[in-house]
Amino acid sequence: MEKKDNTNVKMTVIEANKSGKYYWRDLWTYRELFIFLAWRDILVRYKQTIIGVAWSILRPVITMIVLTVIFGKLAGLPSENIPYPILVYSALLPWNFFANSFSEGSNSLIANSNMLSKIYFPRIIVPTSTIVVNILDTAIAFLILFVLMIYYNYFPTMNIVFMPLFFIIALVTTLGASYFISALNVKYRDFRFVVPFIVQFGLYISPVGFASTNIPENFRLLYYLNPMAGVIDGFRWSLLRTDQELFIPGIALAILMSLVIFTIGLSYFRKTEKEFADVI
Amino acid sequence: MSSNHNNKIDNNILGDQTVIKVEKLSKKYILGAKASSSFRELLNTKVKSLTKSRKSNQEKENEFWAVKDVTFNVNDGERLGIIGRNGAGKSTILKMLSRITEPTSGRISISGRVASLLEVGTGFHPELTGRENIYLNGAILGMSRKEIKSKFDEIVSFAEVEKFLDTPVKRYSSGMYVRLAFAVAAHLEPEILIVDEVLAVGDAAFQKKCLGKMKDVSSNGRTVIFVSHNMGAIEQLCNRCILLDKGQIKMDSTDVRSVIKSYFNTLDNGNLPSEWMYDDSEINRNLLNEWFSPTRIAITDKNGKALNMPVSNDTDFYISISGSIKTIDPALTVGYAIYTADNQLLYWTYHTDTEEEKWPKFKQGNVTFISKLPKHLFNEGEYRIELISSLHWRKWLSEPGVTPAHINLSIQGGLSKSPYWMAKRPGMLGPIIEWDTRNDLVPGERRGIVEVG
Ligand SMILES: Nc1ncnc2c1ncn2[C@@H]1O[C@H](COP(=O)(O)OP(=O)(O)OP(=O)(O)O)[C@@H](O)[C@H]1O
Ligand SMILES: [Mg+2]
Repeated sequence: MEKKDNTNVKMTVIEANKSGKYYWRDLWTYRELFIFLAWRDILVRYKQTIIGVAWSILRPVITMIVLTVIFGKLAGLPSENIPYPILVYSALLPWNFFANSFSEGSNSLIANSNMLSKIYFPRIIVPTSTIVVNILDTAIAFLILFVLMIYYNYFPTMNIVFMPLFFIIALVTTLGASYFISALNVKYRDFRFVVPFIVQFGLYISPVGFASTNIPENFRLLYYLNPMAGVIDGFRWSLLRTDQELFIPGIALAILMSLVIFTIGLSYFRKTEKEFADVI
Repeated sequence: MSSNHNNKIDNNILGDQTVIKVEKLSKKYILGAKASSSFRELLNTKVKSLTKSRKSNQEKENEFWAVKDVTFNVNDGERLGIIGRNGAGKSTILKMLSRITEPTSGRISISGRVASLLEVGTGFHPELTGRENIYLNGAILGMSRKEIKSKFDEIVSFAEVEKFLDTPVKRYSSGMYVRLAFAVAAHLEPEILIVDEVLAVGDAAFQKKCLGKMKDVSSNGRTVIFVSHNMGAIEQLCNRCILLDKGQIKMDSTDVRSVIKSYFNTLDNGNLPSEWMYDDSEINRNLLNEWFSPTRIAITDKNGKALNMPVSNDTDFYISISGSIKTIDPALTVGYAIYTADNQLLYWTYHTDTEEEKWPKFKQGNVTFISKLPKHLFNEGEYRIELISSLHWRKWLSEPGVTPAHINLSIQGGLSKSPYWMAKRPGMLGPIIEWDTRNDLVPGERRGIVEVG
């Protein structure tokens, strides 16, 4: 029941189980808070400028070196004439984006518990805004890819224009997973132990350290139940010069899965968010 | 659209004057719901509920109505105070009004923009500077960037932090921090302002300033709902007051004084001013720690039995501070601060005020500190005693001025045996000072010494 009269008075009616009533109105009203929280995270991350920026560069570079040595040198996996560091790094971009955003997003409600119990605002703003600083991190890490490409004298094709598309799949997956786990975390604090496990395990089952052509043919479709596998393939396809066709059924499945994760995450979040302030 | 056609729709669907309408509002909490927050316990209870099909008795017992069937209206421009003991449900009502938590049943209708201030400094980030925190906190409280910008200078000068604007707030003193936080909140301009207990922080001078600001806000015709344990502030600020007891309205009147009076009466029955017990209310939770978690503070006889207030100034009375120790730290210091009714600090004292050899050795478990209050020192009237505990020089566990752990000492009679001193005298203290009258000291002698020197 929302009624605006000519003097423009905002009416609000609060009743049990009706918290969704003003959802969209509130999201719009609180849009600036979203920006401010994202801005806060960015400020805090880059406050000690040198360490902040260095960290967002150093982390992927070190992981890249480790994976290159393990998979490229020791295991000697094939790389279709792509320099192994570039093969790995182009996959690390979306993977690190997922891993870091997901870890921070899952923890975000707990980290802001004081805000949840003392003020009202659409709760979804909190896990969503933590993504922004990680997008920025990813953009910085991207610069390193170009440095690598110049070093190896290896240049991308026009396919690069499709890259944002794959980034959006990663974004949708990450948001969905963050909504789900952050909401679970409020009630069952144990879930914070599950997150590092998912991230670690995910790194091994996603084609980060190797090309997905290494996956046996008959497992192939199953493999893309993990939407990040599709995202990583998409990134490599759009960034690298490869003869490999994009495996369309795999990408389609990844898109579908990311939407499934997003829907489950969002609906669980919306179902439980009205209790956050009471149980946190 | 609305299915509710019985409301008169004029200027505003609540009627001309009413801006907030609360109908049969209730809130139920499940006790211990917070504690069982581990996934394993969830599995456990799920398995149990499979084996037992009906809602277990235990769960019913744990239900608890923090607010029950509360109904009231607030008119435009009204300044409503809500008072009541710890745990009466005041904060819960404010949280429902500000949509932080959902009612279990009942209904609230509000017309107008609401800003609620349940805590000063929500969302402050220690790494960010004062300037950055002003913007962030403003946004959190619902101000737009434009609004904050236009009020920025006012906020800074109110908080008196000009020089530290670009310093991270983690380097602020706690006074500066509170001042800044309150300053942001004080410059909100909503139609309806909801305030919980924020005057409980900061020093006396600052509290005065805050109260002044709140008066300004309300004299501009804005509607204010104000919760406080500070009856002076309630009386000065409010033109209507609700007394809440165990989640229900006990009294609701525009005669604020009489509501306050009956609040004190409910307190006297429960002997609360002279005794404080830890309860699991939100403000008390900050007191929990591993070194010394207070459980009870009371004015007692020397065996720890609580005394009824008021006490006579010529009896022996003691303060007993009980608590539990989990981790032994030799730096643990426990004591109290005592203030007059108008908030003047008289003194601080610690159990470590003697030479080190006399300090007690701590053991894990419960401990009680008992200290005799000097008789014939205080004046007739009310005093407030606040718990001090800290790890010496390292960490406040219960900081005077901020701590929720405090009791009242009320002294009446027994001032002196002198027939000339029957009633209360001016002054913070009323000590019987010894007087000696002698005839053998001749004033001239001193003058003689001066002349020689
Ligand atoms: N999230 C929660 N879960 C369970 N119980 C709660 C919760 N919040 C409050 N309570 C309980 O509800 C009761 C009312 O609490 P509330 O905070 O409204 O009291 P209050 O009147 O504000 O007290 P105080 O004067 O101490 O601030 C208390 O007994 C408290 O322990
Ligand atoms: Mg309260």
